[in-house]
Amino acid sequence: MVSDKDVSYVAELAHLELTAEERTRMLKDLNSILGYIDRLNELDTSNVEPMAQVASRYGERKVGEGFLYAMREDEQRPCLPREEALKNAPNSDGTFFKVPKVIER
Amino acid sequence: MNLDCLTVASARTAVAERQTTATALVDEFYAKINAEDGAIGAYLTLSKERAYQQASRVDRLADAGEDLPPLAGVPIAVKDVFTTKDVRTTAASKILDNFIAPYDATIVSRLEEAGAIILGKTNCDEFAMGSSNENSGFYPVHNPRDHSRVPGGSSGGSAAAVAAGTAVASIGSDTGGSIRQPAAFCGVVGLMPTYGRVSRYGLIAFASSLDHPGPFGKTVKDTAILLEVMAGRDPMDSTTADVPVPKYSGYVGEPVEGMKVGVPMEYFEDGLDPEVRTAVEIGIQELKNAGAEIVPLSLPHTQYAIPTYYVIATAEASSNLARYDGVRYGLRSSEGKTLSEMYRRTRDAGFGVEVKRRIMLGTYVLSAGYYDAYYLKAQRVRSLLARDFDEAFAKVDVIVTPTTPTPAFKLGEKAEDPLAMYLADIFTVTADLVGIPGISIPCGKSREGLPIGMQILGKHFDEATVLKVAHVAEHALAPRVV
Repeated sequence: MVSDKDVSYVAELAHLELTAEERTRMLKDLNSILGYIDRLNELDTSNVEPMAQVASRYGERKVGEGFLYAMREDEQRPCLPREEALKNAPNSDGTFFKVPKVIER
Repeated sequence: MNLDCLTVASARTAVAERQTTATALVDEFYAKINAEDGAIGAYLTLSKERAYQQASRVDRLADAGEDLPPLAGVPIAVKDVFTTKDVRTTAASKILDNFIAPYDATIVSRLEEAGAIILGKTNCDEFAMGSSNENSGFYPVHNPRDHSRVPGGSSGGSAAAVAAGTAVASIGSDTGGSIRQPAAFCGVVGLMPTYGRVSRYGLIAFASSLDHPGPFGKTVKDTAILLEVMAGRDPMDSTTADVPVPKYSGYVGEPVEGMKVGVPMEYFEDGLDPEVRTAVEIGIQELKNAGAEIVPLSLPHTQYAIPTYYVIATAEASSNLARYDGVRYGLRSSEGKTLSEMYRRTRDAGFGVEVKRRIMLGTYVLSAGYYDAYYLKAQRVRSLLARDFDEAFAKVDVIVTPTTPTPAFKLGEKAEDPLAMYLADIFTVTADLVGIPGISIPCGKSREGLPIGMQILGKHFDEATVLKVAHVAEHALAPRVV
């Protein structure tokens, strides 16, 4: 069972604050969904490989090199120009993204 | 021109044979959207400038008598989870309300290179999380067949645009059923290709190991033509496979005689609406009449697919959505005094209820002490689900099931119960987890006149067979879906 404390802890990890009302709702919903997820424990998976990716089960591999398509030549390629990259920034000085002060003196 | 009857092929022909111009066609579609989309809400943003530029390019080619590309002048709509350069791209989230994408998704550039005209960006559940389109951060979509009902989700706007005739075809994305389920609810064709068949570059990530871009159309052939253009290796997405792309439209019209069609008993159990059951059984009978052999089979882990999905999808989502922090793009709350406070206020204000719920669940199942019990466990069950299909596909060429347990439900009906909403995807999530292709085609109507969908699943990279079977069923069932 998820507790109030768990909700606060997970919200902190996820960079969410949530109102008191949202926390109450979240507690109820998480417990209901996790209760349903618990049926996975009916299955014995002790000798089953985890499948993180479709390619990890079905993809082609080069021996000893992992997935066939994951590697490419390490070469310079064009990237987004700075003006373009900063165009959507909520706050920037034209060179950097600006954020509230991180270190207090 | 009667826009409601236009298909990909007939729209191109109309432009190629100069019955109309691409520009005139775009005018007509915007007039229709203007008149009719207010009641449906399929579109979030119209990309008029870009559409007219593309239309004049196509018209210049046609004027010069040049060979026209395969989608020349075909007006389509793209789900707002795909980036479009210089066009607002929101993922239906307030957190990206003002985001103007600086680059095109690979599928967007491929479709435009093939001559397609992108009319606009379609509404969807926020970050593609939902089964009813009610989680859009802007406004819900109404099912064009019955405005009191949902169009399905998450690609509800894309399905509704095709059903309403406000686009000839459209593009969506499927993570747990988000193409096939709305296709079934709206009475159109929706195709989810194999994982790795179509590039995800420029698709705003929800769950990266499950996200599949794919087409919607009025006909199976339309989705085949679109897939030909979309499919293939892309150096910008390392999960795309270097597997040859067949001419899919060539398989449309081939017979199914002698093929083996599997019917899994787990998809026909008690929760299935009787009208859906009857309609799908008739569809299966039609394939038998066309010469296919029907093979009853079992996919024993089916009931574990939804819990597996909600662990893996939310875990991946919690990681993918960490990037929305108010620093580089999108919304920033002005309330935060410290950096960490700014992050929290921004995310609190920008994300909707369902997105927060999934971020919380995903963060929880990945957190210390729970990772093995939930995340790793779900990945192991994912292997068991894949094994079910490996064994089935050793015996049959395709598998046929209902797409959804019921026809479209009413707006608001499941909005307060997340678990009930999740179960709307019970027949579609497994294919996403295993990575196999699937299509939903209209196979009948309920007494209330609501569309019913039949799902056809195939082997990895065997969309050709799926399309072949779908086309035979589509033709046999045509009188039942009018």
